[in-house]
This record gives sequence, C-alpha cells and structure tokens, in this order.
Amino acid sequence: MRIYLQLISCAIKNLNKMRRDIFQAIADPTRRAIITLIALQAMTPNAIADNFHTTRQSVSKHLRILTECELVKQEQKGREIYYSLEIEKMKEIDKWLEQLRKIWETRFNQLDKLLSTMKKQKK
Amino acid sequence: MTNNLLFDFSVDKSKKTVFITREFDAGLSLVWDAFTKKEILDQWWAPKPYASKTKVMDFKVGGRRFYAMVSPEGQERWVLQKYTSISPKTNFKFFNAFADENENPELPGSEWDHTFSEQNGTTKVSIAIYNESLERMEKQIEMGFKEGFTMTLNYLEELLTTLSKK
Repeated sequence: MRIYLQLISCAIKNLNKMRRDIFQAIADPTRRAIITLIALQAMTPNAIADNFHTTRQSVSKHLRILTECELVKQEQKGREIYYSLEIEKMKEIDKWLEQLRKIWETRFNQLDKLLSTMKKQKK
Repeated sequence: MTNNLLFDFSVDKSKKTVFITREFDAGLSLVWDAFTKKEILDQWWAPKPYASKTKVMDFKVGGRRFYAMVSPEGQERWVLQKYTSISPKTNFKFFNAFADENENPELPGSEWDHTFSEQNGTTKVSIAIYNESLERMEKQIEMGFKEGFTMTLNYLEELLTTLSKK
C-alpha cells in the first residue's frame, strides 16, 4: 500500500512538473527577487524569508515552484537546507531568446538590402 | 551591413510579449509595402537559408496570409496569419498560428501588432508579439529553426575559415 501511494505521489509530482512553465515561474516578482538573492550566495529558506514581508509559507511555495522548474537546487548542510541558483538553466532561457533575436536580425538585414534595391529602381 | 539604424529586441516575461523595434533607411510607403505585399514579403521574410512561400494573401481585415517557411531540404512549415485590424501606413495586427498544409491552425497562436512611423526619411517599425505561453513559443522556434540556424552558422564558420586563409 505504501509503495502504491508513493507511486501515485510521484506521478502527481511529474504531472505538476510538466505543467510548470519556466517563464511563468520567473514572471512572478517575488520569485524574480528570490532568484536575484540566491544568485549571490546559497541561502536557507529562513534567511530568504527575512527579505520579504510575506509569510515563510509563501516563500516556501515560491521555492518549491522554482525547484520544480529546476531553476534552483537544494543542498543539505548540517541541519539546514540551502538554496542556490542553477546557472546553466538560466542560461538556457536566454539561449532561445538569442535565437529569436538572430532570426529578426537576419530578416531585417535582408529587408535593408531589398529596400535599397527598390529605392534605386524607383529613381 | 554597416549602419546606425536602431535595432531593439526585448522580452517582457511578465507581459508575455516580445518587443522588436527597427529603423529602415527608406520612406514609409516603401516599408509599408514590404510588410504588406506578398511579392515583397517573400523576398525577405525567411531568414536564409530558409525561403518564404506565400500561397494566399488577402491584406484586409478578416483576410489572411497563408505561407510556408521552406527549409533547404524542402521541408515546409506552414503559418496562418489572420488580419484583425488595419490602419493604412500606420498600424496592422494579425493573429499568427502554425498550421498544417490544409490551413488548420495549431492553436493557441500569438497576437502581432505592427506600428509604422516616418521621420526625416527613416521609417521606424515597432512590433509587439503577445504569446499566451512563452515556453510554447520557445518550442516552436526550436522546431522551426534549429537546423536552419545551425546551418547558417556552420556556413558562416566555413566562410570565415576560407577568408582567413587568404
């Protein structure tokens, strides 16, 4: 029975994980502030919560979402859990933006050439 | 191309919108035509080595552009754009969605808003693309362009190597 429950719990976790949108995760201002905080150094949930006017529970919820998106990682040190940033994952987000920017850049450079040809033809 | 024309690209993740602003060294009429006439669009819309092939284009409110991005291998990725608002030489909006070859859209898509203005012979175009999910947009870009762009980069590298040998 216990194993069965564990399986279900795991399946639900995976489902939730799939539903997590990485951009949604960083769209929230509190979560962005948490990211900025722990980018500098690994911190415990209590230390993080001290920086906000919200409850500890609310900060835990944000940390859970960030963890599920694999944007932050947890590390046990003694009795405390420390949260730190997954730099590689953050880089991934920027990679596709860079790709999109390139597409537009290339597209517009092509248009520049075309416009210059069209202008000459008009004259 | 060397110029000091403005190019600005930014993403507001909380608004789920991509903002693109670009200036062109040409008059408003010409730039407007380049964005709204299929013969001209097909000449620049697809980043090389891709090609843009417009099958249908009816530039009016309620009309549509149905086109394909064609990869160098001949693979087609169809896109359907439905015009929702047009103010001649000022602004136009469309709803953009990937589609199959029979014009069946893969929803949800994105909303595009284009604004045009001219000053001293330079035309500025501002585009805002709103997408319900940026993550889905990311996937679509990956699907549509990954190979093409790697190819372009490889080609560039090759070219640079050749050039540096001379």
